[in-house]
Amino acid sequence: MRKTYRIDVDCANCANKMEQAANKTPGVKEAVVNFMTLKMNVEFEEGQDPKAVMAQVRTNCKKVEDDCEIFL
Amino acid sequence: MNKKQKTMLGRILVSAALMVGLAFAPLTGWPRFAAYLVPYLIIGHDILRKAAKGIKNRQVFDESFLMAVATLGAIALALTEDGDYTEAIAVMLFYQVGEWFQSYAVGRSRRNISQLMDIRPDYANVERDGQVVQVDPDEVTVGTVILVQPGEKVPLDGVVVEGSSTLNTSALTGESLPRQAAAGEEVLSGCVNLTGLLKIRTTKEFGASTVSQILDLVENASSRKSRSEAFITKFARVYTPAVCGAALMLAVLPPLIRLGALGLAPAWGDWLYRALTFLVISCPCALVISIPLSFFAGIGGASKAGVLVKGSNYLEALAQTSCVVFDKTGTLTQGVFQVVGIHHAALPEEKVLEYAALAESASSHPISKSLRQACGKDLDRCRVTDIQEISGCGVMAQVDGIPVAAGNEKLMAQVGVQAEPCRQVGTVVHLAVDGAYVGHILVADVLKPTAKQAMADLRRAGVEQTVMLTGDREEAARQVAREVGVDQVHSQLLPGEKVTWVERLLAGLPPRKKLAFVGDGINDAPVLARADIGIAMGAMGSDAAIEAADVVLMDDDPRKIAKAIRISRKCLGIVSQNIVFALGVKGVCLVLGALGIANMWLAIFADVGVMILAVLNAIRALFVQKL
Repeated sequence: MRKTYRIDVDCANCANKMEQAANKTPGVKEAVVNFMTLKMNVEFEEGQDPKAVMAQVRTNCKKVEDDCEIFL
Repeated sequence: MNKKQKTMLGRILVSAALMVGLAFAPLTGWPRFAAYLVPYLIIGHDILRKAAKGIKNRQVFDESFLMAVATLGAIALALTEDGDYTEAIAVMLFYQVGEWFQSYAVGRSRRNISQLMDIRPDYANVERDGQVVQVDPDEVTVGTVILVQPGEKVPLDGVVVEGSSTLNTSALTGESLPRQAAAGEEVLSGCVNLTGLLKIRTTKEFGASTVSQILDLVENASSRKSRSEAFITKFARVYTPAVCGAALMLAVLPPLIRLGALGLAPAWGDWLYRALTFLVISCPCALVISIPLSFFAGIGGASKAGVLVKGSNYLEALAQTSCVVFDKTGTLTQGVFQVVGIHHAALPEEKVLEYAALAESASSHPISKSLRQACGKDLDRCRVTDIQEISGCGVMAQVDGIPVAAGNEKLMAQVGVQAEPCRQVGTVVHLAVDGAYVGHILVADVLKPTAKQAMADLRRAGVEQTVMLTGDREEAARQVAREVGVDQVHSQLLPGEKVTWVERLLAGLPPRKKLAFVGDGINDAPVLARADIGIAMGAMGSDAAIEAADVVLMDDDPRKIAKAIRISRKCLGIVSQNIVFALGVKGVCLVLGALGIANMWLAIFADVGVMILAVLNAIRALFVQKL
């Protein structure tokens, strides 16, 4: 399953860091952050609950970049 | 400006004013330090906090960390040596100015580009209980009749049921020539109604309508990252820690060597200053921001020109295209049969055409349709009686009571007349009226008017090889190839054989060159997928083509291929300019910093100035009109 979330982040490098953090989160098959459109496109692994996974993704992103937000 | 940017601007101004004011204050020692700490904290408190959080979360080497160490170091130097705190504040100040500008510039270009692509209709007019109401296009079900007034966007795909008008399709095709729409014709969402009121029966839901699909595609386009982007991401990951390490060595090693091996004074302060300069220069932001921005702008510019590119990676591949393979029917030719000639006519030509069209009036064959179309007038079917279709030969009928036979040579032989053979390529309809041969009509698929120009454009754009693959007969293929000017033709191919040919051509390509296949997207899906770049043509409204292709040309014009290549070249050119420029300036400044020639001010230029220039350069990718 694929879902797109709106995000808010200030710099391009921070967006890259968010992408890395999201990709390392369990349950995420692939995450792509698009800095220009401020969107995060996440493909979940089979049988994962997107809500729970995304909460974790948000926590992990906050860890690498304090000043970011994912609108779930 | 959003709220964040406004607050930041306030902080910048207050802190700058304080810094200038303090220069005139007669303070020394600790009071001086305390006074200067105020503007420093106003401008830099969030950076310090971020740096601390970064260390806590084991994300040490980021920009905030670089800036925090550089400025705290400068303050420490000022405290112990000359008492010049302005440098630390200035570095922080300029860093924040740079960040502010970046955020502002990116916000602006983001808005500009989205506005360019803003073809999303906001509402649909629906008649309810005799009243026209505006509703969300999402709520309109298939089969609803909607009203589109002059000046409004068509919100959903549909068929005109009432009214006629001209439509501006430029948002979809990049083509400024308006198109006519009358009752019974299909219209696509995203067009702008120019002149008359239209009533349209919707045929698709909003989510499946052309406009939604295009928006979806463009918005997701930059998710497929190009090699340059991947390179920069990887580069930034290694670069910052490497520079930090180098700065640390610069601060520690030379003084130790001076002290130990050369017996000189260590000059700790001097080397620390150089190391801090080093840190300021090293922020990778100019690169990291300008590359995706260039691609985003390039894709935006292309879509404005009627070329949808599905990802940055395809834009990159397009720039390397050296071989373009075409399908024939529907790509280089119109894909519809037209009457191209009437030969050996024993009656006036209109009369020949009229007889043939009447005789074939009951048939739904494409050839019959083209005859009726060429005839151009409303045909009275009551004039035709006794229609006999003779399978594989043609039609015999009575028109106005006169026996007419229209068909191939075999049919002519059956009715006992001598048919004149035709030397041109196409389908020939012979006609016998009242037992006498009256000539034949040549029906053929005609070339697109721009096909020849398209080939010349491609060659000028640096494409070395053009190939045409077709399922059509050899003579037809050869004639088209000659007229258009393609290098190679392979005819009478089954769809599977087209794939084999593309593979053969791919194998023959030099490394780092790409092959593009151009098809009409209906039966070419496997070939589109196999080629490096699949380009679907005239795909407006065809879901299958949008799905299978990497690049979609919104109108039928083959000249757009060369245009797409030129757009991609420009975009890639800007990308490499930015990489070389940013890395070059930074490299030079790093060396100057290490040698002690560059001071913090130059360092700030290397960081902020380069970033600003790179962003402005990236925006150029958006302007593709003149290409």
